[in-house]
Amino acid sequence: MENKDHLIDLTIPQLLRWRVKESPDKVALREKDFGCWNNITWREYYEFVAKTALGLKKFGLKKDDKLALICDNIPEMLIVSIGTHAIGALSMGMYQSTLPDEIAQIIDSLDVSVVFCDDQEQVDKLVEVRDRIPGVKKVLYEDPRGMRDYRNDDWFMFIEDLYALGEVEFKDHPEHFEALVDAGQSEDACHLCLTSGTTGLPKGTVLSHRNYINMGIQITKVDPLEESDEYVSFLPFAWIGEQMNSFGVAMATGITINFPESVETAMSDLKEIGPHFMFGAPRIYETIRSNIWLKIDESYWLNRRFYEYFIKIGEKAAKYRMAGKKMPLWLRIRAWLGSRLVFSPLINQIGLLRLRRAYTGGAALGPDLFTFYQALGVNLKQIYGQTEIVGIAYMHRDGDVRPDTVGKPLPETECKISEEGEILSRSPSVTRGYYKQPEKTEELLEGGWLHSGDAGYIDENGHLVVIDRLADVMHNRQGEMFSPQFLENKLKFSPYIKEVIIFGNKQDFIAALINVDPVVVGKWAEDRGVSYTTFMDLSQNPEVAGLVHQQVIDYNKNVEKEHFRIRRFAILYKMLDVDDGELTKTGKLRRKFLLEKYQPLYDGLYDENVSKKEVEAFFQYQDGQTTTMKTNLSFYTMEESI
Amino acid sequence: MSNLRISDVTLSFGGLKALSDVNMTVEPGLITSVIGPNGAGKTSMLNCISGFYHPTSGEITFGDHNLNKASPHQISNLGIARAFQNIELFSGMTVLDNLLLARHQNLNYNFFRALIYFGKTSRVEAKNRAYVEDVIDFMELEPYRKSLVGSLAYGIQKRIEVARALTLGPKLLLLDEPMAGMNVEEKEDMVRFIMDILKERHITVILVEHDLGVVMDISDQVFVFDFGELIGSGTPEEVAKNPKVVEAYIGEE
Repeated sequence: MENKDHLIDLTIPQLLRWRVKESPDKVALREKDFGCWNNITWREYYEFVAKTALGLKKFGLKKDDKLALICDNIPEMLIVSIGTHAIGALSMGMYQSTLPDEIAQIIDSLDVSVVFCDDQEQVDKLVEVRDRIPGVKKVLYEDPRGMRDYRNDDWFMFIEDLYALGEVEFKDHPEHFEALVDAGQSEDACHLCLTSGTTGLPKGTVLSHRNYINMGIQITKVDPLEESDEYVSFLPFAWIGEQMNSFGVAMATGITINFPESVETAMSDLKEIGPHFMFGAPRIYETIRSNIWLKIDESYWLNRRFYEYFIKIGEKAAKYRMAGKKMPLWLRIRAWLGSRLVFSPLINQIGLLRLRRAYTGGAALGPDLFTFYQALGVNLKQIYGQTEIVGIAYMHRDGDVRPDTVGKPLPETECKISEEGEILSRSPSVTRGYYKQPEKTEELLEGGWLHSGDAGYIDENGHLVVIDRLADVMHNRQGEMFSPQFLENKLKFSPYIKEVIIFGNKQDFIAALINVDPVVVGKWAEDRGVSYTTFMDLSQNPEVAGLVHQQVIDYNKNVEKEHFRIRRFAILYKMLDVDDGELTKTGKLRRKFLLEKYQPLYDGLYDENVSKKEVEAFFQYQDGQTTTMKTNLSFYTMEESI
Repeated sequence: MSNLRISDVTLSFGGLKALSDVNMTVEPGLITSVIGPNGAGKTSMLNCISGFYHPTSGEITFGDHNLNKASPHQISNLGIARAFQNIELFSGMTVLDNLLLARHQNLNYNFFRALIYFGKTSRVEAKNRAYVEDVIDFMELEPYRKSLVGSLAYGIQKRIEVARALTLGPKLLLLDEPMAGMNVEEKEDMVRFIMDILKERHITVILVEHDLGVVMDISDQVFVFDFGELIGSGTPEEVAKNPKVVEAYIGEE
């Protein structure tokens, strides 16, 4: 493979220019619009970026200014970002679900002066808080739909008008843009990435061109990609996972980035493209598995028999493959047959057939999911890292996939475990710190190492094992340690269980609040003629409780330690939701808030005399209306002996 | 743009008068609502405009055209499209096929050309598909393009029904209770679609609707029917103050 180390001294716009010289007519971006896939070549990409940069400069965006993006995944998000980088300004992504109030706070604390929105929905949020964000000079929008009332207000600007503004100068004086690009230094900051704070406001992590490009180069040293490879962009741009692919990996390798038609069509667009690699949080893989199971369940008899037989063979073969060992001949023949007859057609239906590698990160993924995907022939691997080190620092190697570890460090990444058991890392991708928060930065980078805040250790094979957040580890009344998240994930291996909240800090035993999976349990109920109306109704059904009870029994049988067992549980009447503040934007539990919100349920769990309790359920609809409903919640105690 | 003018229209079935001496003018570029209790004659009015019924007496004109004797397909060619109260889609066909079918008036190639599917035929098909895709984008139906209509949720089917009417490329759109049976969120979406149809596609809208909140919110002019007679008209504010209208809705004290 060619050596790409010389690219590390370039900025992202310089690297884009280098790509144009290498392969001007190769497709760089592709977007589905009006039912067609439309191509943008590297040359066109570069021209859009140039027009954007000159346009932004014309209305006064300067070096070190900040431009925030709140949008679904569209090519313009990269064009505007890299246009911003070309001026030496910083881009910043915000989650599409961010509420107006939060937007105002983030804009204010990070000194944002221009905001790019995709549609009216996002623009309206800014209008709502307009008087609180005096620093914002312009609001750019990509979709003119519904914007007729804003057209006469020059606070707003249509993206095409921005292009037009820059186009004149780009035609007459292309050297002006060249000079801008030349002025960039690879050490310059280019992006502020919001870290998902489980408490308080998000912090802006300052990342440089070198941080991103280094990550892109190092990861492809382990897992090479071809220029002709395809990638589908469906992760939120505000998450480091998407930026590392679109700024780092795509720029370093020249692969094509595909943008789905809309958020809802992402999965069917994925099928049309058939990407060569993908990256996602565990939830995505859980969802895909649920879909596969549903597909199999709805298929005809012969298919189901084939699947049931070959999935066992596949799992056996997967164990060999993950460990990099050679399979016995008879197993190899059957595994080949299984992949031909069942698994290849099956994963082709989801669009994963061409996939060489799939990565999961952000949270732990169950070992059975690894085995499941490996059995189907999808090479799913765990990665580990954090925003502050551009997403990926540790990764499984092909043929060395161990479900309980997160793999080995990437090239140029050093790893150390502190005396307290904290994971420390060092690499050229480590951030210089948080924006305008010197104390937090000091803590983060103490002693020249990046402090992850995670507890972990390195096992005998040199693999890193992550236990949990240092701060999240709990102790029961006897002082025995356990990690609630670790246990939650264990219970979530059951397809019927969507979310779990584990309690037990300073208590005698562990208790759980459980969310059943509406799709899988809904289907389960339908198949058995169990009728239900709403999710609330389904969740409180005694037969569903029986099903969950069985899952908890299975869990209790399989836990490593006695004190990990669940003694009491209840089934929650509503789905945990980001909008209700119960989950972070990346889907992690907000424990403190949950404990406060569900205090009556918590009390019920730890009072063994309670088997039924009337609780008030509080609902907030999307339009802000609220209702309170009374419901009778049941509490279940597990039998002592197993 | 052309006015829709309804002068002295009476529609009777035997001895029953569904409409008697109705006079209405629908101005282009506005949202005109028709309201009234059940059986007041709202849908009969729409049926007269779209050619399903022919008025017993009186005259309906759209621009320079007299619609009295016109058949539904002629009226649709004049640029009047209708979304039905009870969804009238082919439930066994995909969303895309339903919408493409609504473009059949624009397919001007013959059977033999269709067999070869070359030159003009494929150009015409491509043009129609582009038009349909534009409507799909407008009504935000991308996720359902290839789904069978019958398998989709009611709220989505209602949206497809409106999309099918838009696919005809009308100047005047008749919406018969587009919000019936919808939840609050779906209603809000539909209101936004109706506003955008008027403002961005420049299509005049006649809305028959029971949800008075929506009607009063978005209409430019309102016509109130009761027992086949027009009992009031004007802006939403004027209509709300009209004692006859209040009586028809709330009853006598």
